[in-house]
Formats: sequence, structure tokens, C-alpha cells
Amino acid sequence: MSSYPISIRPFGEHAILIEWPNEVSEAILYDILDFAESFKLVFKDAINWELVPAYNSLTLINRENRIEFSKIKFQLLECYKNRKTSGHPQRYLWKLPVCYDLEFGIDLEEVSKILGISIKDIIKAHTHHIYTVYGIGFLPGFMYLGGLPKELETPRKSMPRLQVFKGSVGLAGKQTGIYPQDSPGGWNIIGNCPISLFNVNLENPCFVSVGDQIQFYAISRAEYDLHKIETEVGIYNLDKIKIDA
Amino acid sequence: MLKVIHPGFFTTIQDTGRYGYREKGVPVSGCMDNYSASIANSLLENEETDAVMEITMTGPKLEFHTSTFFAITGAEMSPNLNGIPVNSYEVHKANEGDVLSFGKLINGFRSYLAVKGGFLTEVKLTSRSFYKPITDLNCIKERMEIPIEEYTEYSPKISHIKPEAWHKEHELIVFKGPEYNILTEDQLKLLFTNKFTIAKENNRMAYQLEELIGANSHRMLTSATLPGTVQLTPAGKLIILMRDGQTTGGYPRVLQLDTKSIALLSQKKFGDKVSLHPLRH
Repeated sequence: MSSYPISIRPFGEHAILIEWPNEVSEAILYDILDFAESFKLVFKDAINWELVPAYNSLTLINRENRIEFSKIKFQLLECYKNRKTSGHPQRYLWKLPVCYDLEFGIDLEEVSKILGISIKDIIKAHTHHIYTVYGIGFLPGFMYLGGLPKELETPRKSMPRLQVFKGSVGLAGKQTGIYPQDSPGGWNIIGNCPISLFNVNLENPCFVSVGDQIQFYAISRAEYDLHKIETEVGIYNLDKIKIDA
Repeated sequence: MLKVIHPGFFTTIQDTGRYGYREKGVPVSGCMDNYSASIANSLLENEETDAVMEITMTGPKLEFHTSTFFAITGAEMSPNLNGIPVNSYEVHKANEGDVLSFGKLINGFRSYLAVKGGFLTEVKLTSRSFYKPITDLNCIKERMEIPIEEYTEYSPKISHIKPEAWHKEHELIVFKGPEYNILTEDQLKLLFTNKFTIAKENNRMAYQLEELIGANSHRMLTSATLPGTVQLTPAGKLIILMRDGQTTGGYPRVLQLDTKSIALLSQKKFGDKVSLHPLRH
């Protein structure tokens, strides 16, 4: 097992920031998640801590107590040294349907012009690749997806829209993602996913976890309507595949 | 039950916050000035986690349909019961049919109204704190009915306390943030000697400061942010994330407010001045 040089620093009174080398890498992300699992097992007061992994960092936030930093830093280093790679939870590849009809993909024609490739090829490239979830944030259930093919890198819109609809699938720079709710936004919208990424009435409101993978597949307008209804009444069966570590 | 006759400028129900869902992108929420809120709960001998009403800038008009006891803390907004002025930081009885309303904002920006037993709006993901779309509403609405328990008898151990003056101060205490080291000497000097003006863009998500401290071109991978995190935008603007602030961000986190300074900043409004001071041990 390879180990990385990690830095451990206080982040205000209640939090600690642990950073791995500054790069986007699945190996680093998985190392962070292995460490997070070890933390939950080793630290007796783990229940008081919230863990926020994102790209090359893990932030530990204590709900109640001020932190005795030097003591905890030592324990964290020990925890990192002794972490197990088999301890992480099962990871999944989630297959998410997207309707790329122009009705939803309101920027598809423009993206096609900017990138100089046909709409058909945009859809092909977008659905062909598998994306890793490097973080969840910005909005409840918003996934930071890594692994966008270079040919799909599109600059953000110069004027953000005041309203982007829930489920909109967008492209911006090196990123692609889904708006989990209506929100303002500056991404180029190429389609819409009928599946809710965030359901406040579930104990686990967001089925995706950091470290999971996402692959999109194209659906027709009729299938979109069907999946939308299935999601609303709670009978949509999510398509997921176990990922072997 | 308590009926909303008029909601005021922006009035929400808040408790100590929604914990355990930040890894799914859910902000912690909860009372912006949690010090004042906890005093209101203490006066009523409530649990610390009981939900209170957070009242911003101008107060609501509320009709009690249940007898209860209440207390108001935080910003002074000239509260009155049936048109008769009542003191803040004091326990009062409300009978069925009584109307609580507010007048002029004298100081501060956010008041806290607590009722005995707390406001009993729906619990979503372990908290009653309003945050759309986790809760259905982002603020209370006209004609809304807010559930509360009935209390006809209550003898408080302490019926009033002296209002604290700390929220009239303007010094925010800060720690170094994770990207503190990207600050230039000029920027540091500006940060710690300038007075900053609260921008028009201030709400439960974030407070922007008007004065720029100089552009920066630092690029970083998205990482966690906290209430009280001070971000520096490429244009040199300072954004201080608050209780509804996003859980991750891509702007350098140059400073971090201490807990009490988050509460203090919550009592500031557009045009108010604040200054930043490194924590002295």
C-alpha cells in the first residue's frame, strides 16, 4: 500500500483539514476514503465528527467540542499509518438515464458549435465515459464529477441563468454534473436526468457517496416521462453495479 | 398554535442546526446568532435544541391561539403585545388571542423569539431549521399556523436578564484559514488595518464585504467550507460564509471566524462596519 505525505492543520476552533497531494487522482481519493473509515472505527467519539471528503482533502468537523489540536494530530497520524485498505464501504457504479432532447438540452446546439462536433457525438462521448464522484457539495446532492473527456471541455456561459431546472445535466470547464434542484447556474445544459438525486424524506437522502462512479445513458422523451413518474411514486429501480476495489 | 398575520421581512424557524449531512452537501443551518437564541431558550428553561423564531430586520405580527410564555433576545426591535411595549430579555405570558408585533429596529439585525417548549414545525433530517428545499419553506408565510404547546403556568427561575451589549461591537476575531499563506503583505495589511463595510449581498448563506483587497489568481481543488469561512474571490472580494453557506467551495479560504464572531456578524446589516483581528493567545 502506498502512503502519501499528508498535512494536518486546524481549520477554526471546531475543524481539522487533512490534505493529500494537490492532484485529481482516484488513488488519492480512495486513500482518503480508507482513512475516513479507519477514523470512524478508531476514534471513540467518531459520532461527534462530520467527515467531508473532496478531491484531495478530508475535513473533520466536531459538532460540539473545541479541538485539542496537537493531541488529535498525533492520533490522526497513527490512524493514517495503521489504516486498512479493505475497510471502505462498497462502491457502486450508478447508471443514470439522461434525455438529451433539445427541449432539455437547451445549450446542445451552441456547445456543438463551440466544440465543432455534432450533437450525436457529444452524446456519444458524454455517455461513453465513466465519471468518479470526487465530492458532494455546493447544493444538497450536487456531485463533483471527474473524468470528463477532453473533447467535451466547454467554457462556462458568460451570463449565468437565473434559473436552471432540477435534473439539468451540464458541462463547464473540466466538469460535468447534474443540478439536484432548481438553482441559478452558468453551466451549459445538454440534457435532463429524471431521477431525483436528493430525497429529503429518506434516511439516506442521497444514494450516491463520494468515491462512487456515474455513467449516463441516453433515453427517449417517452422513457423520460415514465422514469419521472416512477421516481415520483418511488418505484424507480436504480441501476447500480458493484465496483471491485 | 400561533398564527402569522404578517411574516415580517424574513422570518424563519431555526434550532441549533442540521448535523450529519454535510458529506451529502447539506448546510448546517441553525440560528445565525446562536448566543442570543440560547439566552431566549434559557429564560424559558427550554432545551438548548428547541427551535426559536429568527426575525430579520423587521418583525412579524403573530397571533397566539394557545397560551404560552415567550422571550425575545438579540436585536432590539421594539416588541409589543396588544400594542403595549414589552421588554426584550424578559419572560412574558401570552394568552389566547394576544397579538405580538414589532416596531422600529433600534440595534442589531436579528431577533430571537422563543416560546415555552419551542416551535414545533416539522423535523427534516433531524432538524427544524428552515432551509429550502430540505424544508418546504424558506421563511414563514402570511396565514401560516405554527404549532406550539400550551402552557398556562410557568414560574421562571430567572424572569429577566440584562441585555448583553456585545453585539454592538464591530471586531471580528479570526484564525488563519487553510489558504492564508497566499495573502500578500499588502493584502494582509489591508485585512488587518482596514474597516470593512457590509455589502448589500448579505443573508443566511453569506456576507460579502464591500472593500476589495486586491486580485488573486490562486487555483485550488474544491474543498470543505464552514460557517465563518472567509473566502477570497479572484477579484479580491471577501465573502464570509454563514450558517446556510455551501459545504464546499473552490475559492481560497483565507481566514476563519471564531464562533462568537459569526454571531456578532449576524447582527450586522448593509452599511455597518467591521474590522478583522487575529486571535491573540
